[in-house]
Order: sequence, then C-alpha cells, then structure tokens
Amino acid sequence: MESVTSPANSVLRKTPLNALHRRLGAKMVNFGGWDMPVEYPSSGGLVAEHKAVRNRVGVFDVSHMGDIRIHQAKETGGALHAVQHLTMNDASKLMIGQAQYSAMLYPKGTFVDDVIVHRLGTDDYLLVINAGTREKDINWVRQNTGGFDCTVEDLSDSYTQLAIQGPRAADVLRKLTDASLDEVKNYWFTHGTVCGLKNTLIARTGYTGEDGFEIYIPADIATSERVWNAVMEAGQEFGIVPCGLGARNTLRLESKMALYEHEISDTINVWEAGLERYCKMEKGEFLGRAALEQARAAGLKRTLVGLEMVERGIARDGYRCFDTNGNAIGVVTSGSPSPTLGKNIALAYVPPAFANIGTTICVEIRAQSCKAQVVATPFYKRTRKAVAK
Amino acid sequence: MAYPTNYRYTKEHEWIDAKGGTATIGITDYAQSELGDVVFVEMPAAGTKLTAGKTFGTVESVKAVSEIYSPATGEVVEANAALQAKPETINSDPHGDGWLVKIKLANPVEVSGLMDAAAYEAYIEEKKKEASA
Repeated sequence: MESVTSPANSVLRKTPLNALHRRLGAKMVNFGGWDMPVEYPSSGGLVAEHKAVRNRVGVFDVSHMGDIRIHQAKETGGALHAVQHLTMNDASKLMIGQAQYSAMLYPKGTFVDDVIVHRLGTDDYLLVINAGTREKDINWVRQNTGGFDCTVEDLSDSYTQLAIQGPRAADVLRKLTDASLDEVKNYWFTHGTVCGLKNTLIARTGYTGEDGFEIYIPADIATSERVWNAVMEAGQEFGIVPCGLGARNTLRLESKMALYEHEISDTINVWEAGLERYCKMEKGEFLGRAALEQARAAGLKRTLVGLEMVERGIARDGYRCFDTNGNAIGVVTSGSPSPTLGKNIALAYVPPAFANIGTTICVEIRAQSCKAQVVATPFYKRTRKAVAK
Repeated sequence: MAYPTNYRYTKEHEWIDAKGGTATIGITDYAQSELGDVVFVEMPAAGTKLTAGKTFGTVESVKAVSEIYSPATGEVVEANAALQAKPETINSDPHGDGWLVKIKLANPVEVSGLMDAAAYEAYIEEKKKEASA
C-alpha cells in the first residue's frame, strides 16, 4: 500500500502547536501546505475523536485558519461598506458581538472563500478565513477595498485558534474563563480572560455541528502550549480528547458544512451550493451580485445533494455519478464513512432532475458502479439539549 | 508487534507467508497502524490472476483508500470473507486473522527475493525516522 502520512518537511507551514502535536504522537499530514495532525493514535484515532465530539468534547488546533481585520477607527462606516461590498451576507444586520456565516464572491458569482464575519466594534470587523486560501483572500480584500475608507490588517499569524467542540465544551471552557458563557448564544462572541489572558476573543462558532467555542489566543509557542494543556486538563473529567483534521472532516460532512474546493469553489455559484440563506441580494450592491441575478434567472444546471450508499462501497471526493442508464450526471464533492450514522455518505453535484429524495444515483467506485440514494441533509442534526453521557 | 521471521515483506508493506506452492498475503502491522481503523476491504474472487508488483485490491480507512500490491504472481484460491463483516481484524491481528488472500504461487522461488523480517524492520525504522521532526 502506498504511504498515507507525510514526512517532516521544512517547506510545510507549522502552527505554534506543531511540536506539541508531534510529541503527542499525532499522525501528521499536509493540509493546504500546512503540517497538521490528521488523527491522534493516543485519542483512539479518527472514529474515537469523532464520537468524542458528538458525545462529550474534543479540542482542535485550527490555527492554520486566517484572520483579516477590516476597521475604521474614525467609525465613519467605511469598514462596513467594505465588508458589504466584499461579502454576500448582510453585515449591517450584525450587532457588536455577533457573527455570521458568509462568503466572498468573484464578479461571476462563484466563491473566493467562505468566511465568518465577526462585528468587533462600531466599524470593526474580523473575517475568519480558510487556511488554504489565506494569501488569496488577503490579496483579494486589499485589491477590492482600495476605494473604501478603512484599514485592512492580516492578523493570521497573530493568533493560535483552538476549537473546543461538543456538548461538554461549555463545561470545559467555563473552568478557564471569567466570561459568562451562558450569555453567548450560537454565532455570538465575547471577550474575556481565558487562562489569565485578558481580552481573549471567545466565539460560539465551530465546524462540527455541535455546540462549541473557538478561542483566539496569542500565537507564541509557550502561551499556545500552556492554554492547550489547560484545556486538556479542564476537560479530563468530561473525557476530552485532542482531535485532528480527519474527525474535523467527518463531523462537518455529517452536518453538511461546505469545504472550499469541494462544495464551494471558483467554478460553483451560490445557488448551486444551496447557500442562498446566507446571500442577501436585497442588501444592495456586492461583488458577484449581478452574475447571481443572471444565474438565478437562467435556472439551476446542477445542485448539491446528499447521498447515502445503498450498495457496498464508499463514495469519495471526485468520484463520478451516473444515472441508472449509465449516463454521467455529476460528481461527488465529499464522501466518507459516517461514524455517527454507521453509513457511507456523500455530497454530490447533480442536475436538479436527480435531486429528489429517494432518487437512485450510481457512483463509480474504481471502475465499478455502486448504487446510492438521495437523502435529506444535513445527515446529522444535534438535539437541542446537551445530554450528559 | 514482532514481524514473523518466516514471512517475507514488500516495500509497500505487504507480507507473504509461502508454504510450498501456496501462500497467504496480508498487510503488515506498520501498514495497519499508518492506515488507521480499517472500515472496508475489497479483495478479488477465487480464480483471479495476480501479478507481482501489481495492485489487486483495496483496504480502506475512514480517511484513505489504500491499494494493495501483490508480492507474488499467482492465482487467488480464497479471499478472507470474514473481513467483510469485521474489517477491523486487520488492525487487531494484521499478521494472522487479518490475512487478505490465499494464492497458488506461479513461481514459488520468487518469494525468496523479498525482504526478510530483519530487513523489513530496518526499512520501517528508516521510514519512522523520516516521519518524525
């Protein structure tokens, strides 16, 4: 079999916790040019990590993600105008302390990146972006905000970002902070002291479909390791484990959350991706709006559907989809076994005619046709009340 | 886990246990450890011809599909059907109950050209050194 993990490589970028992950014996892989943990054998591996997040709590190092601050100290509204121009959701609806899922679009209505926009202050916004698109995004933002009265700062290397996710996440973080977490609703954030670090951003956001928090702490190695260890220690009584990108992917897939270059990309538009809920055409001008209007009028050529394998086989990223007559109709964007459901699931782009629940679609798995059926998404949705297990 | 001294090993981390004209093939402890929890196994049916160095099946974890290369030329006599229901046997007993296929060897002599246990252990030590910072 061919080798799965990547050797140590000085060309790969490292987060401040890289040495710590290696000390923990993490299996490391190259993710978008970053040397990242994919799973921790000491946690029991991917499936154990995934289940820990669904049932208890897990912690992820997501420092590879980027952070762009757009602000205007004079509070003229220049920063808001810039954010509104750059992104498809309506940032004017944000209160200070609130965040929203959004995206930056090319003029043709396709994705530069998806992003979480946080309103830090009167005219002060933080965009949290993907790891693999850091440079592209910062260049895009700089290029497209020249005419606006605002300051753009790339803060990506300033933060170590930890995601604490799962029904017990709040119980863990509560031991480490003076902030009142119960008052921070989903997709809101606050600042508080965390592990003695004043004014730490604590956001109730995540990429797992569970309750959870993302904290942004100073990026020096000593602080990063100290906080990681404090989180692990605080989480011991709740059964916390470190979690890698492998579990991160299976968790977000079950929750039907998009991954750049898979469900969203520079060749896929907002309607195809099914993200119309986050696209506020009525807010006025924004990059990509005109093309989206045209695309909406022209009608959908393809749409994102959820698949569940019926015949034996695992549909994976990039596998082709066919109708029952053998005609090529689309492609799998993300596919994997689902640890929570015990089934093999996938997301795929197919023509709208094939999007009805129950439709049979054939997936080509290494030259063999395997039947799947269209199912409702998200594949998994958490129950409202956290259940202690 | 010790590597059985009567087995032979490939650079792609397969093992072969040859006895006269037949052999059993599997993946090594190192391979299963690299792969993670095995969730799916696809092996050829009895009668399928295998060629040394060519792929003949796959072993899948949640994250990865791993092609399996045949250590020798021959014909499949039996595939391990128990792995369909319990693929995790490859993780728990990679050199024993986790066997993949039994084959009839075309050239029994071919197998002696592969690495023995000591050579394979040295080979994976090198691999482990490459992998650590």
